[in-house]
Amino acid sequence: MIDRQTIWLVSGVVGLLLIATVIGQILRKTAKSDQARKVVLNLNARIWAWWIIVAIFGAALFLGLISTIVLFAIISFIALREFITLTPSKRGDHRALFWAFFIILPMQYIVIAWKWYGMFSIFIPVYAFLFIPIRSVIAGDTEHFLERTAKIQWGLMVCVYFVSYAPALLTLRIAGYAGQNAKPLFFFAAIVQMSDVLRYVWGKLFGKHPLAPKISPNKTVEGLIGGVISASLIGMALWWATPFRPWQAGLMSLAITLMGFFGGLTMSAIKRDRGVKDYGELLPGHGGMMDRIDSLCFAAPVFFHLTRYFFT
Amino acid sequence: MIANCAAAAVRLLTGATCRWVGCAPTDKQRVYFANHTSNLDFVLLWASLPRSVRIRTRPIAAHDYWTRSRLRLALADKIFHAVLIERKRVTRTNNPIAPMLSALSEGYSLIIFPEGGRATNEPTEFKSGIFHLARARPELEFVPVYIQNLNRVLPKGEILPIPILCSVHFGSPLYLQPNEEKVEFMQRAQKAMLDLTPTS
Repeated sequence: MIDRQTIWLVSGVVGLLLIATVIGQILRKTAKSDQARKVVLNLNARIWAWWIIVAIFGAALFLGLISTIVLFAIISFIALREFITLTPSKRGDHRALFWAFFIILPMQYIVIAWKWYGMFSIFIPVYAFLFIPIRSVIAGDTEHFLERTAKIQWGLMVCVYFVSYAPALLTLRIAGYAGQNAKPLFFFAAIVQMSDVLRYVWGKLFGKHPLAPKISPNKTVEGLIGGVISASLIGMALWWATPFRPWQAGLMSLAITLMGFFGGLTMSAIKRDRGVKDYGELLPGHGGMMDRIDSLCFAAPVFFHLTRYFFT
Repeated sequence: MIANCAAAAVRLLTGATCRWVGCAPTDKQRVYFANHTSNLDFVLLWASLPRSVRIRTRPIAAHDYWTRSRLRLALADKIFHAVLIERKRVTRTNNPIAPMLSALSEGYSLIIFPEGGRATNEPTEFKSGIFHLARARPELEFVPVYIQNLNRVLPKGEILPIPILCSVHFGSPLYLQPNEEKVEFMQRAQKAMLDLTPTS
């Protein structure tokens, strides 16, 4: 199952992290002002968290389909927990939420493990979507009924359904690519996360014009343009590790980075509405799980369906 | 051993973050007083304390609730090391302050919930027990604690908890001032506790 391309991909990521770690340590020594030191401290915390994320993700992918599904189920659980904590719920939602956490979420991932596409793709948008308001209406509290059920439905869609598209990539039957699906998933995860990092780096280095000061003060036009172009180019350069031709890999990466950007922006809008900076404090420097995977949530379903439509 | 596992399990379920805003976790003898919104309240507060402090701290719990079954009694007695007090038919002989004072005199810190019953939405007025404790032991630190979100984990009347993230906020210690009136002290204590409410 490990081929040369996988080894190249893994070495590439480890190499990048090594370079980032070295740069982070150099910056730590040279930072002068308090402001700069704070930025560098946050940067180094992020880099350490990256090592852990890469190690866990790599290990799960190496072990196969089930371990990857379990990993993403845990990610969904933590993200949903942060999401629901942030959105006020009432007593009447308690039973519906119990179902969301302990029945619907595991079912979605079990269906993926069965490779049952027909159920995986509609379980939450159809059945869970209908079930949640039914369970809440039985509880009998009509106050803010639409908002309350919509919030739970949103939580399930974003934190569970969309996230579950990532491990579902492993179940695609790509023509002439049997048994190699770990690479497209690795490619996807690498591009989506790298475009986040590149946007951050471009923004910190050259950022002048704020893009959406009301929603996310750190996002700049320069960061967006630099991030999207560089991430797409990197994606194109990684075509050999995918079932795509170079131009196809480039366009796929463009779709991933754009969706990732809007995912981050949308999930930030929810945070601003609730008046918080981060969804949680699970990952030092990054914030909560939801802060790390906001771009993945929006990019995964689009990448999955593009791949499924054009390559299977 | 079992107690440590129970504490770890509670912290995992609630994902609790502890904020020692106004004081540090030390072995100093204290009375922690907190808002009461769920049956798990004292369990979470107790679990949030570092082990060395936890073994010297006893929660105060309702006698009628925790003696209803053998399991509950065993939990309260063996795991949480709770001081069970009467809250319904209080007479001169089963005065709830007496067992608290005797636990204090043995050197334990206490966890109390001055609101008495579980508040649903609005904070309910403090019961006077906290004042009687303070008057008997004016040298003790009274530490306000605000527990957030636990009522969403396990609302009143529900059996199955959901994994909402909780947080426990510890404020600055209060002392009973010389000549301070009962009402004055209780209002001051309640305000100190409510001021810990996180803004978001």
